[in-house]
Amino acid sequence: MDYGLSSQTAKALASGPSLMLRGVRKVYGDVKAVDGLDLEVARGECFGLLGPNGAGKTTTIEICEGLTAPDAGTVELLGLNWRAGAGELRQRIGVQLQETQFPDKLTVEETLRLFRSFFKRGISVDESIETAQLEEKRASRVAGLSGGQKQRLAMACALVGDPELLFLDEPTTGLDPQARRHLWDLVDRLKQAGRTIILTTHYMEEAERLCDRVAIMDHGRVIALGTPQQLIATVGGEDIVELAVGSADTSRTVVDAALLRAIPGVQSLVVDEGLHRLSVSELHTAVPRIFAVLREQGLHLSEFRTHSASLEDVFVRLTGRNLRDE
Amino acid sequence: MNSLELSSLYQLTMVRFRLLLREPEAIFWIFIFPILLAVGLGIAFRNRPADVLQVAATTAQLTQALNADKGLTAATMDEGSGAHALATGSILLLAIQRPEGVAYKFDDTNPDARTARQLVDRAIQTAAGRREAVRAENELVHETGARYIDFVVPGLLGMNLMGSAMWGLGFSIVEARQKKLLKRLVASPMPRWQYLMSFLLSRLAMLVVEVVVFLGFARVAFGVPFRGSLLQLGLLCVMTSMAFSALGLLVSSRAKTMEAASGLMNLVMLPMWILSGVFFSATRFPAAIQPLVLALPLTAAIDALRGNMLQGMNIGQMITQVGILLAWFVVPFAVSLRIFRWR
Repeated sequence: MDYGLSSQTAKALASGPSLMLRGVRKVYGDVKAVDGLDLEVARGECFGLLGPNGAGKTTTIEICEGLTAPDAGTVELLGLNWRAGAGELRQRIGVQLQETQFPDKLTVEETLRLFRSFFKRGISVDESIETAQLEEKRASRVAGLSGGQKQRLAMACALVGDPELLFLDEPTTGLDPQARRHLWDLVDRLKQAGRTIILTTHYMEEAERLCDRVAIMDHGRVIALGTPQQLIATVGGEDIVELAVGSADTSRTVVDAALLRAIPGVQSLVVDEGLHRLSVSELHTAVPRIFAVLREQGLHLSEFRTHSASLEDVFVRLTGRNLRDE
Repeated sequence: MNSLELSSLYQLTMVRFRLLLREPEAIFWIFIFPILLAVGLGIAFRNRPADVLQVAATTAQLTQALNADKGLTAATMDEGSGAHALATGSILLLAIQRPEGVAYKFDDTNPDARTARQLVDRAIQTAAGRREAVRAENELVHETGARYIDFVVPGLLGMNLMGSAMWGLGFSIVEARQKKLLKRLVASPMPRWQYLMSFLLSRLAMLVVEVVVFLGFARVAFGVPFRGSLLQLGLLCVMTSMAFSALGLLVSSRAKTMEAASGLMNLVMLPMWILSGVFFSATRFPAAIQPLVLALPLTAAIDALRGNMLQGMNIGQMITQVGILLAWFVVPFAVSLRIFRWR
């Protein structure tokens, strides 16, 4: 399979970023969907826009795709802009939108044949079916596909034009874990072929697994930008301890923050509706000390768990909210 | 892949065909329904042979004289049961033998009974030996083209062209918009005009099948006449279909849901079903609203189709109707291109 060969050629021919946003704004009514966004995505990079629903991810990606006109700011893709280069850009990018429903009564092959016909050059329909691993479903109607297969069909439709730049808007939302992993493998292969990929997601593990760099968005702004490892390092500790307490005699459920912060190894503390979230650098020594503090206070644990720090914790540290709450 | 396979206009048009042919309901409404309607109306409004009138007489001799007339069937009954048969409407007239001659018992407010009176009297007088003073012969005429079925077939054709064009375009477009497929298509390099053109092309091809099936049936089953040029008839069908396609495009150019589109469709089509003379002549409406009635695309279409099929008129003689159809194509098409919502 040689998908991606041409994008590598293009990469060799032209340098400079694949995508560049400067001061992009978009307002719907009195909601600032995108509020002054600057982004740069290098060629061959897999870039993730991460954030809760309503953070402005979809508006941002649709501005990049030329589907929504920004109120202000400049958008440049592959050195072109939507005003002057729309015709050429459409030929060179691949798009997968959220919640596109292809006609139920067309087959996989017919749908791909239709999309292939829009592009002057690209891979063959057979190759796109192979890439998306839909060989067995080639002659099946769209109505008979599973959620994961429909999503892979959408991906195949985005790939038929052999795009240099690929936009994926929440490619795994609504899929079961197995279908999600299947789709990640597909994105992995596209990445290895050297394509530039920009994807949105509200799944942390998806961004950590797939993206070279991540921008965390909230309320139309980028609140953190970097590689997943860099971002996780900003949490301060390698591990996260979550605990909730109840006491036998009183209704007090909040532990004295100063006592917890004083424990060696505890880097930060966030309390959200009685749930204490501590980032911890020396888990094996810190946890016994946390237990000791609670015992001294006469408090009983009602919940306790630990996990390695993730992008989720970055979001919580930055906003004080959980990503999936909204 | 050959070059046709790579042509997006070809692919878009083929998609339209596939989606239509895979929708059994669409096949029913476009092909089967108009034929069923024509059959139903043909049966309801068929021209019956002249009725044979039921009468009775009190003697066998009179009955025999009455049965000699082809327009009558007579039975023998006594006065009592004859009076009862008259009252229940099973006979129209009772001829009673009296010593001084014959008496006819019938209801003179019933036209059929008055006709029976004439026929019965003639039969009895002839049997008694009366000879006509002037010899008379009947020459019967049953003109095709003047029957109700001849009138209604062009009407149904026009109505069917309207329905299939408007639903065909409107529904598919609104469905594609609702399912975000339109948005996905404009995110690809697809030329937008080709998307709309694919509807018109597939409509033209379906039109040939639709019109030939329906008119072929009307010709074979009812002997409906085609007095004008068939080529011009085809052209009129194309113009009708294009005008309603443009109207369907206009109706669906903004609607975001099927419900909104259905409501708009019915709002546009319902007045035309009533006003445009599908089932009865549009001239029955008051003179005050005639300008409105005549300006409707369905009125123009049906008038032109009737002019061609029944009166053998050519397009030059129906320039008003043709102009109205063209205007209904150009204006809605231009407006919908401007206001069309792609996402």
